[in-house]
Amino acid sequence: MPMFSHEVRLKRQAVFDLLFRSLTRVCAFGVLALLAAIIVSLVVGSIPAIHTFGLGFLTSSDWDPVNDRFGALIPIIGTLITSGIALLIAIPVSFGIAIFLTELSPRILRRPLGIAIELLAGIPSIIYGMWGLFVFAPLFADHVEPWLNDHIGTLPYIGPFFSGPPMGIGMLTAGIILAIMVIPFIASVMRDVFDVVPTLLKESAYGLGATTWEVMWQVVLPYTKVGVAGGIMLGLGRALGETMAITFVIGNAHELSKSLLMPGNSISSALANEFNEAVGELYTSSLIELGLILFFITFVVLSIARYMLYKLGQREGHAA
Amino acid sequence: MLNLYTRRRIINAAGLSVSVLAMLFGLFWLCWILLTLLDHGLPALTPVVFAQMTPPPGSSGGLLNAIAGSLMMTLVGTLIGTPIGILAGTYLAEFGQRGWMAPITRFINDVLLSAPSIVIGLFVYEVYVVKVKHFSGWAGALALSILVIPIVIRTTENMLRLVPSTLREAAAALGAPQWKVINFVTLRAARAGIITGVLLAVARISGETAPLLFTALNNQFWSSNMNQPMANLPVVIFQFAMSPYADWQNLAWAGALLITVSVLTLNIVARVVFRQSATTH
Repeated sequence: MPMFSHEVRLKRQAVFDLLFRSLTRVCAFGVLALLAAIIVSLVVGSIPAIHTFGLGFLTSSDWDPVNDRFGALIPIIGTLITSGIALLIAIPVSFGIAIFLTELSPRILRRPLGIAIELLAGIPSIIYGMWGLFVFAPLFADHVEPWLNDHIGTLPYIGPFFSGPPMGIGMLTAGIILAIMVIPFIASVMRDVFDVVPTLLKESAYGLGATTWEVMWQVVLPYTKVGVAGGIMLGLGRALGETMAITFVIGNAHELSKSLLMPGNSISSALANEFNEAVGELYTSSLIELGLILFFITFVVLSIARYMLYKLGQREGHAA
Repeated sequence: MLNLYTRRRIINAAGLSVSVLAMLFGLFWLCWILLTLLDHGLPALTPVVFAQMTPPPGSSGGLLNAIAGSLMMTLVGTLIGTPIGILAGTYLAEFGQRGWMAPITRFINDVLLSAPSIVIGLFVYEVYVVKVKHFSGWAGALALSILVIPIVIRTTENMLRLVPSTLREAAAALGAPQWKVINFVTLRAARAGIITGVLLAVARISGETAPLLFTALNNQFWSSNMNQPMANLPVVIFQFAMSPYADWQNLAWAGALLITVSVLTLNIVARVVFRQSATTH
């Protein structure tokens, strides 16, 4: 009998194994199902808009809820411009922070300062929005925008982008606040990839007499360029989808203007502001199509980012 | 003309000074935002905030219903998201060595990790709110759980991969079946890291506003019924901050201070107490 009961127990354990394995598998594939469900539901929701406007939706700057005419051009441009401004500011700053944290900072300060920068990423985006609207925008309107108007606004070519009424809210303000929000993301990826550079490589360069700056530019950066690009794309993905901070400070105006000081709109802030008030199938559906476009853009950007980080990780033999 | 050596040293000094400035630039915003919050939030943070409901325009009140709603939705969202995330992360780390599904799942999960949260709100609106025809606390919790899952998956997988294989082999050699090895040995060994991940996920969702706008909406009154529209701090802050009433704006600052302090505390606790590095970019 002992042989027999032992076999039964073994079999039962094999069943448990199978059950547990299947359970984890179902949960893991649930992620794929989730992605599929998100895409399908957004596509289904935007069918009326796709049906009515076709591809013209992407190139039309109409946004007229009264006459049911909608186009995505202004929010798309607003999203791209604000994210572009954010990256222009965030990339050099993040690079500086990453250099500081990996090469310059005293050992004791490294961890607290790293955490401090990551806390910047922890602050909820609505807080950035409130702070931007009540504190940053008024200061920006009083002190920076008049200066921009007087000094840069009069220059040829780039002048028109920086002239306009100093209101404080607008695309430039939104871009600057976005920059502060994505700095921690880019900086922490840069720091992580800088850390994987073999010490031997850096020490060889130092041994040849290179300065710290030269080691960073000519050894560390070339070695990690894929990962750095991945980090930047990751920051871009964040910036594109950021909602609440932008909603507070971009001004939410469906206008296309040359000046960055003027209010604009972004996909996410159009959604946040108008979705609950949208009446009529076409209005709602157009907003959902905006969401679909946003999801598509961020999906592509984030996929590229992840691909780059994997490539660096593979070369290192572990995931970055 | 300076000689090459001097020029290189000047470039080096300039570059490194700029890097120090960049660090100060980052810290400057952090301090400025935190000081602003303390400046505006502390005077508004009276006991009344925790004792009264959100007021109608132009009168004073508190944030009790919003705080309770936020706590409930965050709790339910975490309770739904955490087990799914841990199980899926376990699959990726323990069973996902072969085949094509696991790498794709891992990739998609990493993309969902930073997907725009407002789109998640739209998604839950489409599949849940439209079907049941009203906004509800459940919908809000569902949206939040979708944000929790990718974070927990990522940390669980990372932490399980740090557990040495010899531990698994030792347990297997004692005759333990695989499900016991994973549940009682590897997951336990990775516990601290997984808790860090869950805490970071809680920190992330407790400040999220965008996914709640179209799901939980808001509620001016006390409601503990998750099947009703539910008040929650982020949306109340959004609504009150954008309003022209001074009373409402003060409450918004009080709420903003509350949220930020709790989110940052969670972040610090997660990172300092559980010292393992859990990367969730």
